[in-house]
Amino acid sequence: MIELLVYGLVLGSIIALGAIGLTLLYGILRFAHFAHGDLMTLGAYVALFLHSDLLPTLGIPEAKLGALSFGWRLLASLVLAMGVTAVVALALDRLLYARLRERRASPVILAMASLGVAFMLRSLIYIVWGPQFLFYSQELRPAWELPLEVRLRPDQVFILAVVLLLALLLYLFLQRTTLGKAMRATADNPQLAWVCGIDIARVTRWTWLLGAALTAAAGVLYGIDAQLRPDMGWSFLLPLFAAVILGGIGSPVGALLGGMILGIVQQVSTEYLAPTYKPAVAFLLLILLLLLRPRGLFGG
Amino acid sequence: MPLLDVDDVSAGYGEMGVLHHVSLQVREREAVTLLGPNGAGKSTLLKTIFGLLTPSTGRIMFQGREIAGLKPPQLVRRGLSYVPQVENVFPSLTVQENLEMGAFTRQDGVAERLEEVFDLFPALRRKAKQRVGGLSGGERQMVAMGRALMLDPALLLLDEPSAGLAPRLVGLVFETIAAINRAGVALLMVEQNAREALRISQRGYVLASGQVRLEGPGERLLQDEELGRLYLGGRR
Repeated sequence: MIELLVYGLVLGSIIALGAIGLTLLYGILRFAHFAHGDLMTLGAYVALFLHSDLLPTLGIPEAKLGALSFGWRLLASLVLAMGVTAVVALALDRLLYARLRERRASPVILAMASLGVAFMLRSLIYIVWGPQFLFYSQELRPAWELPLEVRLRPDQVFILAVVLLLALLLYLFLQRTTLGKAMRATADNPQLAWVCGIDIARVTRWTWLLGAALTAAAGVLYGIDAQLRPDMGWSFLLPLFAAVILGGIGSPVGALLGGMILGIVQQVSTEYLAPTYKPAVAFLLLILLLLLRPRGLFGG
Repeated sequence: MPLLDVDDVSAGYGEMGVLHHVSLQVREREAVTLLGPNGAGKSTLLKTIFGLLTPSTGRIMFQGREIAGLKPPQLVRRGLSYVPQVENVFPSLTVQENLEMGAFTRQDGVAERLEEVFDLFPALRRKAKQRVGGLSGGERQMVAMGRALMLDPALLLLDEPSAGLAPRLVGLVFETIAAINRAGVALLMVEQNAREALRISQRGYVLASGQVRLEGPGERLLQDEELGRLYLGGRR
């Protein structure tokens, strides 16, 4: 039971990372970004390319990191993949979404366009990397035997630490910097933000950068915990949206908590139900919560 | 030369004209009230001055320069500020953060200006770290006005600052507006509360069906019979 709780926390933290970006995008650009899950996949595969192909070719060795199943090279690949995915997201915005916004396309059109981007990204990944499961590391992943029959892999501790660090950095950015405050202001009231002279284009760019970087990190972390599959991000899309809605649309703190709750509930349910029912349990929880709090946990 | 010179301006939404050849002036440091029945075009005039609508005829001069066609981000840099009637604050931000957003385009002197605005609204200083969403209607209106004052504007456009407030707060809001004006900021405000608004204004205009029907010193408009007729028009 406690073990499931911990596993749920790990799964939840990965969902949370993707959901934070999704909720920021929704709050500021006002559309449901359906390609968010596939950006997550892209981040994971970019990191794989860096870790297994590019960096070794450049002669960068893998130096193991303590008890983890991987080393510094994957850590560097994680950071670089966040950057690459952010740039891809910026390019997509410039080439596609920005043009639709200029034509005053409705949120539904933007959402449908992002669905197209989702299919495109996924197909691209199938073409380049193939449909099989891939791994960052072939190392064995021994688990620590902790009290109360908890088995915990060092990798999982790493995942939790990275998510907490990124969430903390994002929180500080949003609370302490002028740009972060401007992002929150724009999410609150875009018209008033514009009237204040806030540079909406700059806020939009930073929203894409942060949202894409965070979801790429989520993809890499999921790859470390499980494996890489071309449809991994797509299968995360519903939990991501559920976490956003659970936490209250537009609230990064809400998305973080929403993701954690979803992850934990899904894992703990496997104690009583077949794992196939995991998503159903998550949505049952979502329905119940929305009946009680229609605007989500942190909805305004 | 007036601070703001609206000359023969027509504007509206799409094909629908709302304003028809409106002319109006605001001088330096002057408080001017814009009155008129619902649908007269008062808010439309403020929005047109602030670049949210583009006039189809006429000129709008501010500090001697044409501003028709400029957008709000450019206008705030020139010393024009606007407080919308509704949704005029960032509810999930704190009081202080709201004020800081008002100074977004300002490079330096934000901390000093923040102190000056807190001096104008002492009640806000005590609640600086509270989220605006949890404040009362009167306090939110103070935040909205404080936000608009952060760039030290020459002219403040106020759209119905007393709308929706509890009667006991209305007086406080007008006192604050009078204090802003005494501090040297010119005002153009749309109001339904004709008596209170004219009392703190030097001049007033009465708009009906998108045209200026009356203009003059506040005292004279208060006594004018036609004002009552225009106002009570539909209700008699």
